Amino acid sequence: MNLEGITIKSALDSFDKGEFSSEELASEYLKVIGEKDKNIHAYLEVYGDVLDQAKNNPKGIPLAIKDNILINGRVASAASKILENYKAVYDATAIEKLKDAGSIFLGRTNMDEFAMGGSTENSAYGPTKNPHDLERVPGGSSGGSAAAVAAGETLAAIGSDTGGSIRQPSAFCGVVGLKPTYGRVSRYGLMAMGSSLDQIGPITKTVADSKILLDIMAGLDPRDGTTISNDTYENRGKAKVIGVPESILQMDGLDSGVLKNFQESIEKLKSLGYEIRDVSFEHLSLALATYYIIMPAEVSSNMARYDGIKYGYRAKGDTLEEVYQNTRSEALGVEVKRRIMLGTYVLSTGYFDEYYGKANTAREVIKKDFERIFKDVDVIATPTTPTPAFKIGEKINDPVQMYLADIFTVPANIAGVPAISIPAGKVDGLPVGLQLIAPHGAEEVLFGVGEEFEK
Amino acid sequence: MIKKEEILHLAKLSHLKFSDEEIVKLEKDLDSILDYVDQVKEVTGEAEKSIGAVHNVMREDENPFSSGENSEEIINEFPEKEGDFLKVKKIL
Repeated sequence: MNLEGITIKSALDSFDKGEFSSEELASEYLKVIGEKDKNIHAYLEVYGDVLDQAKNNPKGIPLAIKDNILINGRVASAASKILENYKAVYDATAIEKLKDAGSIFLGRTNMDEFAMGGSTENSAYGPTKNPHDLERVPGGSSGGSAAAVAAGETLAAIGSDTGGSIRQPSAFCGVVGLKPTYGRVSRYGLMAMGSSLDQIGPITKTVADSKILLDIMAGLDPRDGTTISNDTYENRGKAKVIGVPESILQMDGLDSGVLKNFQESIEKLKSLGYEIRDVSFEHLSLALATYYIIMPAEVSSNMARYDGIKYGYRAKGDTLEEVYQNTRSEALGVEVKRRIMLGTYVLSTGYFDEYYGKANTAREVIKKDFERIFKDVDVIATPTTPTPAFKIGEKINDPVQMYLADIFTVPANIAGVPAISIPAGKVDGLPVGLQLIAPHGAEEVLFGVGEEFEK
Repeated sequence: MIKKEEILHLAKLSHLKFSDEEIVKLEKDLDSILDYVDQVKEVTGEAEKSIGAVHNVMREDENPFSSGENSEEIINEFPEKEGDFLKVKKIL
């Protein structure tokens, strides 16, 4: 079986025509995992019952699931020591829907601990390697999911995106990654990081596959009050005008190869018949600053539940306070602790107004800016990342440099709008992505432009 | 510049503790992050919070789980227990 040419769409056709069964397909992927994953380390666990799942789901698509999404009865560790042996006691809504569609779960994928990071180097279980260059990071935080798809160790994967955690690793690994509109996919059963920013989304080989998985997972969910329905936002129709914020192309830190590649992508979009219009988006740097206040504030509150009392790792201590402190200090990683501290700082008395208050004002300014731009254009195009994948260890000791890798992806989370990263070729032998951003609810517009672009 | 006393206070609020070496690193890291995010202070005005399509969703408090329905799975995750009781340090 030639796995390379297989997509979700083609596999579903092949099942219908009887060309191969889901069991045969799943066992091919297990073979690839056996050959490659010792070098790539995309998976934290490959499930022992994959072939049994396939027997029961003759039309089942094999998927890899990020380790922060709950599957009933299976370990979900968020790549943290604090949940090393934690077994989920219910299914996330997205998982329930994927199960109803007959999906087969190959295993759980590596990530930055609790989705905090952009390289998977913050995993408590060691980093994932980029399949295109084993000395480089696959991106993050959904690095294991993106690497698994790129290495052919699964047909598709599920990730989560709080500030770029689906799109950035997809760009670094040369695959398609979608962050849906905030509320499109239920967050029930996704371990919360920044609750006003988090979204579950697919990582796939093609845009058509991205749409198939989104359609399965999307929908109103009474267990997540922020979910939206198909008619929450108005239908936008087909895209004709694409906005390019020319000013960001002069930005410091934008790799010259990435810039050249992006200009070629814009030429391609022109030749496909799209009108390209310069749009002013002055708030890129402000969006990143806003993100690094709102996100840690929400992190510090969401992480408070991991205290060693009811589940997960518990350290020894003479008093209750010592048990809390020892548990969290021993079992949480450096980046998680850094964000808890930063979040506690921006929420504390005396700083609340000047940081958290101001960040919420800035968030509204950025949302308004998007609204203004989308009156004029249907889609905004940017590079997904300012550079291709960096080397393992290159940025791990400099948090601000690491955070700057999110500069193009963060604004979509701040505003809650959908965005997709599509493979746009290579720079110095490493994949880079084209990011397309659309107004609230307009994933169809992204799929439309994306499918034409990837041809 | 963030001071050592502030780090210790934040650590206490966060139920975390750090070695002296970690505190030195944290001072440096938090300073450089705060230096970057400081630009939000330049945002002026009181932008009206747009609630948009996302709003509070309430439901009736009804159809409770029947007693014991999920107990076994949850009790299995306790880090320390005596019988079916969760074991914790004395709090009084």
